[in-house]
Amino acid sequence: MIEIQEVTKSYDGNAVVDRVSLTLPAGGLTSIIGPNGAGKSTLLSMVSRLMPMDRGKVLVDGLDVSRAAGDVLARRLSIMRQDNHITARLSVRDLVAFGRYPYSKGRLTVVDAEHIDRSIAYLGLEPFANRFLDELSGGQRQRAFIAMVLCQDTDYMLFDEPLNNLDIKHAVETMRLLRRLADDFAKTVVVVLHDINFASAYSDRIVAMQGGRLAFEGTPEDMIVPSRLEAIFGVDCRVHAVGETRLVNYFE
Amino acid sequence: MRPVLLAIPIVLLLAAVSVFTGVGSLAASDDGRGWLLIVESRLPRTLALMLAGAGLAVSGTIMQMLARNRFVEPSTAGTAESAALGMLLATLISPGLPVAGKMAFAALAALVGTALFLQILRRVPLRSQLMVPLVGLMLGGVVNAITTFIAYRYDLMQSMGAWMSGDFSAVLRGRYELLWIGFALTLVAYATAARFTVIGMGEAIARNVGLDYDKVVTLGLAIVSMVTATVVATVGMIPFLGLVVPNIVSLILGDNLRRTLPLIAAAGAGLVLACDIVGRVVIAPYEVPVGTVMGVIGSLVFLHLLLSRRAHAG
Repeated sequence: MIEIQEVTKSYDGNAVVDRVSLTLPAGGLTSIIGPNGAGKSTLLSMVSRLMPMDRGKVLVDGLDVSRAAGDVLARRLSIMRQDNHITARLSVRDLVAFGRYPYSKGRLTVVDAEHIDRSIAYLGLEPFANRFLDELSGGQRQRAFIAMVLCQDTDYMLFDEPLNNLDIKHAVETMRLLRRLADDFAKTVVVVLHDINFASAYSDRIVAMQGGRLAFEGTPEDMIVPSRLEAIFGVDCRVHAVGETRLVNYFE
Repeated sequence: MRPVLLAIPIVLLLAAVSVFTGVGSLAASDDGRGWLLIVESRLPRTLALMLAGAGLAVSGTIMQMLARNRFVEPSTAGTAESAALGMLLATLISPGLPVAGKMAFAALAALVGTALFLQILRRVPLRSQLMVPLVGLMLGGVVNAITTFIAYRYDLMQSMGAWMSGDFSAVLRGRYELLWIGFALTLVAYATAARFTVIGMGEAIARNVGLDYDKVVTLGLAIVSMVTATVVATVGMIPFLGLVVPNIVSLILGDNLRRTLPLIAAAGAGLVLACDIVGRVVIAPYEVPVGTVMGVIGSLVFLHLLLSRRAHAG
């Protein structure tokens, strides 16, 4: 369980995240949606201790992220961000292997090697395992980073806008994969998403933020309704049920 | 580990050539003067070359990971210039201080200068990767101007020249041993190599895998500053070495430092040995300082890297 308590972050007196309290139960896939500047990524960065918070507290299974030792938390919670500018020129296998860093500190054991092989296989990266990251396509590189956090083997996996810059095929593949992480590996997956329809189709829970505050939270059935979406995004839209999925049409 | 096994015999061969290159004849007489020449001058020089080369190449690699930029090394980030300023200030404040004391002062100054460089990188949004070494060169230029001004006023220009331009012709037994400190730090860098690879993956990924980012950056800065200071204090700065070697090794083998650092160290030692041999041979019986030879070769390779890496530098 992730407990977010009154978390606040301000820049020059402007609160980017303003007293957000939220509890994410273990298991399942939670999407965080909201317009630009709503504070989604900032909140995720604070939950994953990439960014210090001004006020408030985040507990991951009772562990205070601001105080816990780096490697202890790294064995429980991982985060993948979008802007992975990597100076070090690494092969796919080396990158994935660094997912084991919290356990092995760079000296890989047999158990680590098994995790690495499994993650590479799970993401279908065997043909590229010895290629350098800068020789891969965007979609392949994305999969390599996901393999790295999978290899980190944490109960909680956070993804900040993982679909950015991906074409439709790779975006769908990525979301299916995140869904499988929740279903097959019983991971707790939290994803910041821009596309409401992706959130609707793949989430167990949707959290909406607006202006640094928590606006709404609930199941896709609760959340994907015109009145709420209009309140969150400020656009008129219609919602259609297609099979089991609710799709939002905001074009008309 | 294979490439380093390939490199070691080459380095040893260059070292042997280095020992037997020189004006004085080793076989002149059998009164032991040849042996004396080797022990007192030739061997110390060869060792100094290898230690400085290995240290600077490894320092360059670490700086590239810390600054997250391929074009940074002690001579393009203000580190060497700051170390020289430290030497100068130590000389002025306490002229009687032994070289080791001055070196400690130089290391401290190098640490401050390099930390300042990293702070500038953090504060100023730089659109291009190429801007980073330009900022470093400018910072180095400013520090150098201060040093030159003070040195000029106190008639210490000659000492300053010795610190800024690598020259091994004056190396004798008893006058290079500080470089072993630099070598010890190079070993520390190897023992902690995985951390620096993680740093090179960016702050977010480093924190994600539980690395204490600030602590590792501080460790890296300390290693780079101390190594640079030992080189500046004993033989003078060798420019571009820390840039050329890591970049070439990275192109071939990547940057998993636990695997590549031994090769980087060996290649650094080998390149400096080669440059020094060239410098000793081209205008024999006179010498071209190794810093000058390296400056010529290094700037050419630097230019080539700038032009060819630009496509995927961002």
